[in-house]
Amino acid sequence: MNQVASVASRASAQSINASALRRHTLWDAALRIGTRAAAVTVLLLLAGVIVTLIEGSWLAFSTFGPGFLSTETWNPVKEEFGALAPIYGTVVTSIIAMAIGIPISLGIAIFLTELCPPSLKRSISTAIELLAGIPSIIYGIWGLFVLAPFLQAHVQPVVIGTFAGVPFLGALFAGPPYGIGVFTAGIILSIMVLPYITSVTRDVFETVPPVLKESAYGLGCTTWEVVTKVVLPFTRTGVIGGVMLGLGRALGETMAVTFVIGNAHRISGSILAPGTTISASIANEFTEAETALYSSSLIALGLLLFVITFIVLAIARFMLYRLKQKAG
Amino acid sequence: MQPQTRDMTRKTGFSMAMYDRRRFLSRLLMLLSWGAAATGMLVLLLILGTLVYRGVGGLNLAVFTENTPPPGSAGGIKNAIFGSVMMTLLGTALGTPIGILAGTYMAEYGRNTWLTTIVRFINDILLSAPSIVIGLFVYEVMVVTMGHFSAWAGGVALALLVLPVVVRTTEDMLLLVPDGLREAAAALGSPRWLVISKVCYRAAKAGMVTGVLLAIARVTGETAPLLFTALNNQFMSTDMNAPMANLPVVIFQFALSPYPEWQQLAWTAALLITMTVLVLNIGARALSTQNSKNN
Repeated sequence: MNQVASVASRASAQSINASALRRHTLWDAALRIGTRAAAVTVLLLLAGVIVTLIEGSWLAFSTFGPGFLSTETWNPVKEEFGALAPIYGTVVTSIIAMAIGIPISLGIAIFLTELCPPSLKRSISTAIELLAGIPSIIYGIWGLFVLAPFLQAHVQPVVIGTFAGVPFLGALFAGPPYGIGVFTAGIILSIMVLPYITSVTRDVFETVPPVLKESAYGLGCTTWEVVTKVVLPFTRTGVIGGVMLGLGRALGETMAVTFVIGNAHRISGSILAPGTTISASIANEFTEAETALYSSSLIALGLLLFVITFIVLAIARFMLYRLKQKAG
Repeated sequence: MQPQTRDMTRKTGFSMAMYDRRRFLSRLLMLLSWGAAATGMLVLLLILGTLVYRGVGGLNLAVFTENTPPPGSAGGIKNAIFGSVMMTLLGTALGTPIGILAGTYMAEYGRNTWLTTIVRFINDILLSAPSIVIGLFVYEVMVVTMGHFSAWAGGVALALLVLPVVVRTTEDMLLLVPDGLREAAAALGSPRWLVISKVCYRAAKAGMVTGVLLAIARVTGETAPLLFTALNNQFMSTDMNAPMANLPVVIFQFALSPYPEWQQLAWTAALLITMTVLVLNIGARALSTQNSKNN
C-alpha cells in the first residue's frame, strides 16, 4: 500500500516536472522571439518611414528633378514647386536658434556645475528640464500672442533704427517690424533647444574629475579659466554632441515655428521678414494640397527634413557614444 | 613696498594688474552665467504665467460639458478632451508593450550584439526625429490606404512617438538591475522568462513606469502628427474610424482664428494641456527619485 502510493506520487511528480519543463521552454522561446521581433520592429519602422517618404515624393522628384532643391518658386496654382525657400528658412531659423541658444545653455550648465549653491541645484535643473516638457504648440501660442507683439513694439524698431545705413547689417535687419517672422521663430527655437543642450552639457561637465579642476584652481586659475582651459577641452565631444542634438530639434520643430514665422514662401535678405520652414510648410499646407503633385512636393520636403535631421542626429549620437566609451 | 612688488614681478612674471584683469574677466563671465540661468527660469515663469493669466478666465464647467462651438459663440472642449484621451490611451497601449519587449531584448537577451547596437542607434534618432515626418508616414500608410482620416491613424502616430521613449527607458532601467539578482534567480532553477518577469521587471518597475509616464507626457501635447491623421471634428464622436477632435489641433485652429471666444478656448485648452504635461513630468521625476532613494 505504502509502496503503491510512493510510486504513484513519483509518477505524478515526474509528469508535473515534464509538463512544467515544457511550459517553461515554451514561455522562454516565446519571450525570446517576441522581444527580438519587437527590437526588429524598431528597425522596420525606420525603414518603413524612409521607403514611404521616397515613394510619396517620387512624383515631385521625377517632375522637377534636382532643380526642386534649388528653385524658389512655390506656386500651387501653376503647380510649380521648389524647396529652396523652406530649406533657407529652416537653416536660417536654426542658425539664429543656435547663436542664441548655445551661449545661454552653456552659461546655465556652467552655473549649475560651478556656481550654483547645492541647495538650489536640483530645483533649477528641474525647472530648466520642464522647459523641454512644455508642448511645442504652447510655445507657438505664447510666441504669437506674447513674444511677437513685444518684439514688434520694443525690440525690432530699435534694431532696425540702430543698423539702418550700416552695410550688410542694415540689410539683415531691414523692413517694417512685423513682429512675426524668421527672427521671432529663431528666438522661440532658441528657448526650445535650451533644455536639451543644457542637460547634455551639464551631465558631461559633471564627468570632469574634480582633481583636474582642483589642481587648476590650485595653480591660481580663475573660474573662467578653469571652465575654458580644463572643463571644455575635457568635455568637447559631449558638448558638440549636445549642441547637435539641439540642432536636430531646431531643424525639425514644427508647431511653434508655424505660429510665428509668417508662412511666406520667399527668401528675404532681412531676417525680420516673414518666411517659412520645411516643417511649417508641411503643417500648413498638407491638408489643403488637392493635387497629387502638390502633396508629393510636400512629402518630398518631409523626406528632405528627415534626411537632414537624421544626419545631424546621427553625428550627435556618434559623438555622445564615443564619450561614453571613453568614460566607461 | 612699491619696489618690492616690481621686484617680484620681474622675478616670477606675476603681475597684480594682470591678475586683476583675469579676475575681472572671470567675475564678468560668471555674472553672465548667473544671468543665463536667470533667463531660463524667467522664460519658464513667463510662459506659465501667461498661460494661467489668459487661461484661467475661461475655465468653467462648460469647458468640460460642451462641445467645440461654431465661430462666434461660446462652448467647451469636451469632444477635444475626449479625443485626446482616447488617442493618447491608444498610442500608449500600442507603443508601450512593443517598447518594453524591444528594451527587454536589448538589456536581457541581446546585450552587446550587433542588433542591439543598431537598434539603440536608430531608436535614439527616432527619439528626436521630427514628429511631423511620423505624421506624413502614418498618413501615407493608413489614411491613404483607408481612404479617410481617423482616430485609429492618430493613435498609431502617437504610438510611434511613445515607442522610442519606452524602448530607451526600459533598456536603461533593466541595465541598472544588478546581474547578481539574475544569477541568484537562475541558481534557484528559475527559467529565463521567470527571471526577467519576476525579478528584473520587478526591480526596474519604478523606472519603467517613469518612462511610460514621460512618453504619455510627450504625446499629450503633440500636434504635428495629428494634423493629417486624426484631423479634427467639430462634434462629439466616439467612432475611432472617423476624424476625431483633439486638444492640440483645436488649440492650433482656435488660436489662429479671429474669434475671441475661440481664442479664449484655445488659451484654456493650452492651460489644461500644459498642466497635465507638467504634472506627469513632475510625477515621473518624483517616482524615479523615490526609487533611487530606496535602492
